[in-house]
Amino acid sequence: MAARLRQDTIKMIYNSKSGHPGGSLSAADLISALYFYKMNIKTEDPKWADRDRFVLSKGHAAPVVFAALVNKGFIPREELWSFRHGNGSLQGTVNIKNPGGDMTVGSLGQYLSVSAGMALAGKMDKKDYKVYVMLGDGELQEGQVWEAAMAAAHMRLGNLVGILDNNRVQMCGMTDDVMSIGDIAAKFRAFGWKVVQIDGHDMEQIVDALDAIPNQPDAQPTMIIADTIKGKGVSYMEGTPAWHGGVPTKEQYEQAMRELGGEYEIK
Amino acid sequence: MKSNRVEYGDTLVELAAERPELVVLDADVAKSTGTIQFKAAYPDRFVNVGIAEQNMIGMAAGLATCGKLPFLATFGVFSSMRAVEQLRNAVCYPNLNVKVAGTHSGLETGEDGATHQSVEDISIIRSIPNIRLLVPASPIATHALTRLAAEIEGPFYLRFGKADAVELYEAGEEFPLGGSKQLVDGTDATILAIGNMVEVAVDAAKLLAEEGIKVRVLDMYSLKPFDEQAVMKAAKETKALVTLEDHSIVGGLGGLVSETIAGKVCVPLVKLGVKDVFGRSGTKSELFELFGFTPKAVAETVRSLQ
Repeated sequence: MAARLRQDTIKMIYNSKSGHPGGSLSAADLISALYFYKMNIKTEDPKWADRDRFVLSKGHAAPVVFAALVNKGFIPREELWSFRHGNGSLQGTVNIKNPGGDMTVGSLGQYLSVSAGMALAGKMDKKDYKVYVMLGDGELQEGQVWEAAMAAAHMRLGNLVGILDNNRVQMCGMTDDVMSIGDIAAKFRAFGWKVVQIDGHDMEQIVDALDAIPNQPDAQPTMIIADTIKGKGVSYMEGTPAWHGGVPTKEQYEQAMRELGGEYEIK
Repeated sequence: MKSNRVEYGDTLVELAAERPELVVLDADVAKSTGTIQFKAAYPDRFVNVGIAEQNMIGMAAGLATCGKLPFLATFGVFSSMRAVEQLRNAVCYPNLNVKVAGTHSGLETGEDGATHQSVEDISIIRSIPNIRLLVPASPIATHALTRLAAEIEGPFYLRFGKADAVELYEAGEEFPLGGSKQLVDGTDATILAIGNMVEVAVDAAKLLAEEGIKVRVLDMYSLKPFDEQAVMKAAKETKALVTLEDHSIVGGLGGLVSETIAGKVCVPLVKLGVKDVFGRSGTKSELFELFGFTPKAVAETVRSLQ
């Protein structure tokens, strides 16, 4: 499924001539595990009150989430081809109006707070859903993330699961060169979180990490630090800031599809 | 006498009994904003996020997506400025059911000085789509408008001052969304005022009445949606308009009235308020004297238009 999500991601961006492939491809395995293995959701009832929630705080990885919502059956497939178009239902970022969309996102740094609010609501109402929120490593440069990290630990939101897509690349360079975030695991531990470190492209490790989180709303929140490769799966995109945002040429598109095992045709 | 911010907190306690989904968020200023009573009455539904306004708005958004009815309060400088991008992107863009109060608005905040006196909040908030903006002038108005915000789905911003407010209304008075209240009638001029300035406008009208100048006074408590009809009526029926607000004249009530009448009716308009400067420390009465927020100064402006 992760390969399918990657193919759809590249097709959407190639078709719309706009979008962010790098951070979508790095997140594809994690998104795939959440939507097709872990999350307790109902396609026939997208707003089911007891569902698990997913919030994409690194909002520009929207293509891979839209691909997941389409392949899961929330959204008709043809809508992928109007992504970022003036008349399309799929905006540049996930919207709460999209079936399967739990929050309207897009502004880095804000949605660990929103997810903490969702987790707090679940805890208040004694529901046993979990809230999964994906952050980017560059995003941790935003101060609000740490306000939320402090609050989630203080409020003991054990139903809140952060997933860090730690691809080490941001728009204008390598994260360590732009503004080093230092020891991320130590920082979250110091803030009171349980921290798990995995390879974000190893499906067994991803699944084990997700399964290991106990169903205890009153506990430490968990941060899964998933080491990933920006642009994973397309050789010329891997590990480079150049493909944070960008549109492949026809030749590059065809090469990407060959490497991802997909067909050229957009359908 | 009672302040509007304390009335807001009391109304939330009252509402909480009727609305089990109502929760209150605070950034550790509840003793000042008036929501401390709520904490005493409903400790399990009161969330203090610490001194972190951006996180407070974000958490309120998340709570609202799960069916909660979050009301929050902090100083207007923080709710309209420190956390404005959170309010825009996490609350107003998805049109979530979050109610934000900005207290200690205007020069009325006094001694704390310019850093704590929000005189730009109206112009900032009203430019954001989906949000409604209300400025109650008295405790009865506060009670009615807080209840209104709870009843109508979607984001609201309520603006309160710090000081005790004179009661201008009878219990049970209705305050519809998009409405205004005429407190005094006249045809020589209209003073359009909001919040703490409504009382000043009424007193100015009394001074002018003694000289035979009959002034209409409108309390424009609903800035968004705005009672354009009442403004147009005043522009046609009275000889001049004066706007009066404890807020910048840039984009506030004065700006709104200008936008409403521009190109439609020809009438003199004077905008009284904070004239594109920061406030300063001082007592409320010292600052009101200094910035011309007195019945005498307002009456003088109206007189000059006759």
